[in-house]
Amino acid sequence: MNLTVNGIAREIESAPLTTLLDVLREELGVTSPKVGCEQGGCGSCTVLVDGEPQRACLTAVAAVEGAEVTTVEGIGTADSLSAVQQAFTHHYAAQCGFCTSGMMLAAEAYVQRGGTDDREAIQEALAGHVCRCTGYVKIIDAVAAVARGEEFDITVTAASPGMTNLGGVQ
Amino acid sequence: MTKATEVISPTSADEAASLFGDGSGVTVIAGGTIVVPDITYGRVAPGKALLLGGAGLDTLDAAGSTVTVGAGLPVQRLSELAEDVEALAECALNVADYEVRRQGTVGGNVCAGAAGDAPRGDLQGPFLALDATARSAGAGGERSEPLEEFLAHRKDRLLLDLTFEKPAASAFASLDYPHTHAYTVLAVTGVRAADGTVRLAATGLAGHGARLRAAEAAADADAAGAAAVGDVTLGDDALASAWYRERALPVLVRRVLAKLGEAA
Repeated sequence: MNLTVNGIAREIESAPLTTLLDVLREELGVTSPKVGCEQGGCGSCTVLVDGEPQRACLTAVAAVEGAEVTTVEGIGTADSLSAVQQAFTHHYAAQCGFCTSGMMLAAEAYVQRGGTDDREAIQEALAGHVCRCTGYVKIIDAVAAVARGEEFDITVTAASPGMTNLGGVQ
Repeated sequence: MTKATEVISPTSADEAASLFGDGSGVTVIAGGTIVVPDITYGRVAPGKALLLGGAGLDTLDAAGSTVTVGAGLPVQRLSELAEDVEALAECALNVADYEVRRQGTVGGNVCAGAAGDAPRGDLQGPFLALDATARSAGAGGERSEPLEEFLAHRKDRLLLDLTFEKPAASAFASLDYPHTHAYTVLAVTGVRAADGTVRLAATGLAGHGARLRAAEAAADADAAGAAAVGDVTLGDDALASAWYRERALPVLVRRVLAKLGEAA
């Protein structure tokens, strides 16, 4: 089986009914999709499949053969964060971070399909994502900012590769 | 999960029906939102899995007065019927969340077995009230029958599509239990057909969804609410007791009839 993960073509050796979540984490080492409830209720394993958010824990890898899978690593880089990643950083929308990659991908898809800064619409779009730090207000603030087209100049310090500088609002 | 599992991905409805055969030993995976966790948690160990995603069952035809919904249609897409069948769209959007509705299918929802801890099969209500016809494949070949009859043996057959006439009006009311998803404890759908006939159905019962025939025959909304309790078997689960459901059901029936009345 074949998948394209964050733009890279990958050949998959796992058994066909292995979940996409296990394939990403265990076979490919892409660990941003988190193992939460493993029954579709928490949203932490969400990835984009051909641009639409989907629960990796509910997806047998054979069902997405040939698809383009994007995780949070694929929507921006440390040098060039995506608008959603920048807004989450600016608005302090991450606490423990466990739900953050799923939240960001749902937000990315919401904005891509023309979602507005209407808070109820954002809540509906993120309804399948649980933040047990209960940091919902700042998450919705961040998504609303992206929907309004606000841009933030966030820098990532060289000393913390792969981490965003939470104080780095310029 | 064993590597011995045979996984087949039919590319047409005919091929899916033929590979399903009489259904014995076949695990059907459409959206996967119910069965994939079952596999993950070891409750199901498929010997032969039929992956339906590419079988072309995700059709929706609502151009004329008859609507045909393919079993593989994502639940989310029923929102497209909001103008024609408000209750069906409302019920669909009440299921889980955006991602799960995009992945879960109409057929998977309608054919879902009891979960034990919470009711399943929310869409059975609107489709029963719409008096939908179920076309399915399985032992003895393809056949069409009223959904009400199909539900009794849904585990043995492969649902292909559901067909119904567009109603004059429809209404939906539910009792939800707030959680990560707002689980539906109990729901009632009412439909007024083009000829004026009113049909009612409920989900969140001890078994699958059911028509509320005594309620339909009642003289007024209060009598219908009271009669509905006799139409169903209610059960206890993690969301609510049968005692509580018995008291909530008449309220939902009255609400649906009131909404149908406003739509006159």
